[in-house]
Amino acid sequence: MSTIYSFHGGIHPAEHKTESNSAPIQAAPLPPCLIVPLSQHIGLPAKPVVKVGQRVLKGECIAMADGHLSTSVHAPSSGYVSAIESHVIAHPSGLSATCIIIETDGCDEAIAATPHPDWRSYEIGELLGIIREQGIAGLGGAGFPSAYKLNSDEIHTLIINGVECEPYITADDRLMRERSELLEQGIEILQHITGAQTVLIGIEDNKPEAIEAVRTACKHRDWAVVSIPTKYPSGGEKQLIELLTGQQVPQAGIPADLGIVCQNVATATAIAQAIIEGQPLISRITTLTGECITEKGNYEVRLGTPIKYLLEHVGYARDQSQKIIMGGPLMGFTLPNLDVPVVKTTNCILAPGDNELGSETRTQACIRCGHCAEVCPASLLPQQLYWYAKSQSHEQLKAHNLADCIECGACAYVCPSALPLVQFYRAAKGEIKEKSIEQRQAEIAKSRFEARQARLERDAAEREATRAARKAEAKAKAKQDARFAGEEDPVQAAIERAKAKKARLQQSGEADSVSSKLDELKAKVERAKFGLEQAQSSGKEEKVLTALSASVQRLERLLAGEQAKQEQTQEPSE
Amino acid sequence: MILQQVSSPHLHAARSTEEIMLRVLLALLPGIITMAHFFGSGVFTNLVVACVAAVLCESICLRLRKRPVLIYLKDYSAVVTAVLLALALPPYSPWWLITIGALAAIGLAKHVFGGLGSNPFNPAMVGYVVLLISFPVQMTQWTAPSTLAANPTAWDSLLAMVGSEAYDAVTMATPLDLIRQNNGLMMSALWQHYPQFGRFSGVGWEWINLAFLAGGVWLVQQRIFTWHAPVGMLAALGLMSALFYDGGSSASGGSPLFHWLSGATMLGAFFIITDPVSGATSNLGRLIFGALVGLLVYCIRVWGSYPDAVAFAVLLMNFAAPFIDYYTQPKPYGHKPPDADK
Repeated sequence: MSTIYSFHGGIHPAEHKTESNSAPIQAAPLPPCLIVPLSQHIGLPAKPVVKVGQRVLKGECIAMADGHLSTSVHAPSSGYVSAIESHVIAHPSGLSATCIIIETDGCDEAIAATPHPDWRSYEIGELLGIIREQGIAGLGGAGFPSAYKLNSDEIHTLIINGVECEPYITADDRLMRERSELLEQGIEILQHITGAQTVLIGIEDNKPEAIEAVRTACKHRDWAVVSIPTKYPSGGEKQLIELLTGQQVPQAGIPADLGIVCQNVATATAIAQAIIEGQPLISRITTLTGECITEKGNYEVRLGTPIKYLLEHVGYARDQSQKIIMGGPLMGFTLPNLDVPVVKTTNCILAPGDNELGSETRTQACIRCGHCAEVCPASLLPQQLYWYAKSQSHEQLKAHNLADCIECGACAYVCPSALPLVQFYRAAKGEIKEKSIEQRQAEIAKSRFEARQARLERDAAEREATRAARKAEAKAKAKQDARFAGEEDPVQAAIERAKAKKARLQQSGEADSVSSKLDELKAKVERAKFGLEQAQSSGKEEKVLTALSASVQRLERLLAGEQAKQEQTQEPSE
Repeated sequence: MILQQVSSPHLHAARSTEEIMLRVLLALLPGIITMAHFFGSGVFTNLVVACVAAVLCESICLRLRKRPVLIYLKDYSAVVTAVLLALALPPYSPWWLITIGALAAIGLAKHVFGGLGSNPFNPAMVGYVVLLISFPVQMTQWTAPSTLAANPTAWDSLLAMVGSEAYDAVTMATPLDLIRQNNGLMMSALWQHYPQFGRFSGVGWEWINLAFLAGGVWLVQQRIFTWHAPVGMLAALGLMSALFYDGGSSASGGSPLFHWLSGATMLGAFFIITDPVSGATSNLGRLIFGALVGLLVYCIRVWGSYPDAVAFAVLLMNFAAPFIDYYTQPKPYGHKPPDADK
């Protein structure tokens, strides 16, 4: 049995799990139209590989992963690509992004799958490739490309996250109860890929059936299925790691720094399907719950299904001034409209009644009661951060470690003055980021100016040197001419001059020119990266972004080549 | 279709500022009742006058600051300040004295600095100190406890409240006064000589302090505030008095039990220094804040020139709160060095 540690803070909101966790997972109906965003994960959006008008089969790859920090996207059902266009997506700010829109034909005809029942004989790299190509991203909510996360050396502990600590959500609960064998296979694959000796499966003790099911499925394994006390946010990656190992992920580090990798239960199951059965990620289990939904429960939903279609299917009764939350009530975000599609990270759609989540209360002055600090899982002082965020004291915010805030919302949950604390922190983080971009811009401009200044000086010096040399040469020649008039061979003299020039150039220029070339390239890469970042933050078109990122990559390649060359030339001399 | 756009979290616990304030008031009740038992109806006239004056002053200040008066009054913070001030004043204080104290507390200490949440000093203690410095005579006239002299009647308390000359109560020096002014008598002799001392620390006072302690413990249990500041203060006060207690000579400063159960110790430990606005922020900071208050209380009581010291100690430490905060910021997640054995 594994020891359970604890983490600082946390809250115990009403769980609201029973509304949706009693009925088995049902298949949601196939919508007439699927809106499939190219970016359902963290990282670069996938690149479309289909054309408008083309027929696609269920499971067919319609957009390829663009590099390692990306995953592929597949057609959730058969039909015709009717458009590849910008469409509003599930994003806290209601942004639009490129989506492939598929008119389904109702046949649900699938492309031939390539199962890998003999996956143990595959290279790790090949397995990671399959995971990326089958479009697996973290299904717990963050959507981090799984292959990228799993691709780390020296992992000794694999943590499987079945905590599901947010109220209302029961998708993982039902999954663990109903698909524990598949989960077990997924964990086996994950253990194989990471080479972890220890496997810890964390499940909150408010899901006894799920714990039982997973224990039964894994009873012949030496894995520990740990029942952890119900507390929000135990399911946060950092908190779960502390709960199960007693260690804290170093600030600004990742779990792999501790030799730990975390995967959500739904992700593990999807990986099993992707590798063993050759099934790409085209659907997920989503909890549909809240007072405004009559048929609450968990549904296997095709990715790309519009929320509106889904809600109509489950008897959504619209209340006045309604809000629809994607995700849980503590970290989820309200949807701008119902045309938004379900994506890989959509674990819950919550349609609360008017007073279900508590009535709107007027905010009051902060009395520094400190309840927020008591519940903060990052051990921050939210009350201080609030003052500093309000007064935009960025230095103080940094000194009070705003960057460590995981935006779990525990502080705002307990705040007796009903202050929108998390909103303040998000805004402050945004301001700080913007400021640092500006600062970097200024630094780049400065270094560019200095480089130019240095170049101009160097050029001037070179010109001066050339002029002086020429003068001296002319003088010498005049002397020579005077002495040996008529005896000189003009060809020989030209050769001599060329030699002299070459020697001069070698002396002054060579060492300099290599390093200055490198510097110039470095500056170019900086500039290109910066341009890309700016374009991303200002929401430029997809095309522009791809072009920019391509140019960054090209420049980086050039730079790497140049550096390698220089190292080669330097090494022998050392 | 228009959907509401709100930032997460969408869920809020039910507890509000007014609820916190109401619980604080509720927790003060045992102490108030015990105090009234020993000192009579003058405790209530104090409370009534202080509350009326504070609420009026709060309303005027809110109006001047262009805030919605009724909504802001509902946070009960002015009432809590008024009650704390009233309990710190000698019962049967005249109305003008209480009113001046309430004005200083609400107007000067609170609204001048920006209202609830922005005051660097504890408002009730500012009110108290203003009065103590300005009207030392009135502020040190404590009525004799009921077991030593008949309590004034309700009529008497009204007379006292309006400041009538007709009111003439039996006042007595408090045990803290006696100890401070004592020169020559052994502790045991002091106890024998003056009936005020009661069992441990003074007739009435010991019970009043125990009642405030009970209310305070209930608030800790209700998680209105943490145990850190009260425990810090009581521990430091106990430690200091134990350190300087020589078994009862005439130079002795009094035993730990005497200090814990006399004057405003428990009221201060659980209801004054736990004011989050003017105190330290982190739990460690609160522990230090409380301990330093306890230390100062002992020093001022025993070596200073005022009989009780909670108000001065608290105000002095209010100055130091930001400084304590600076050095007691908790280590956030991931900032600790990794385990040595891992």
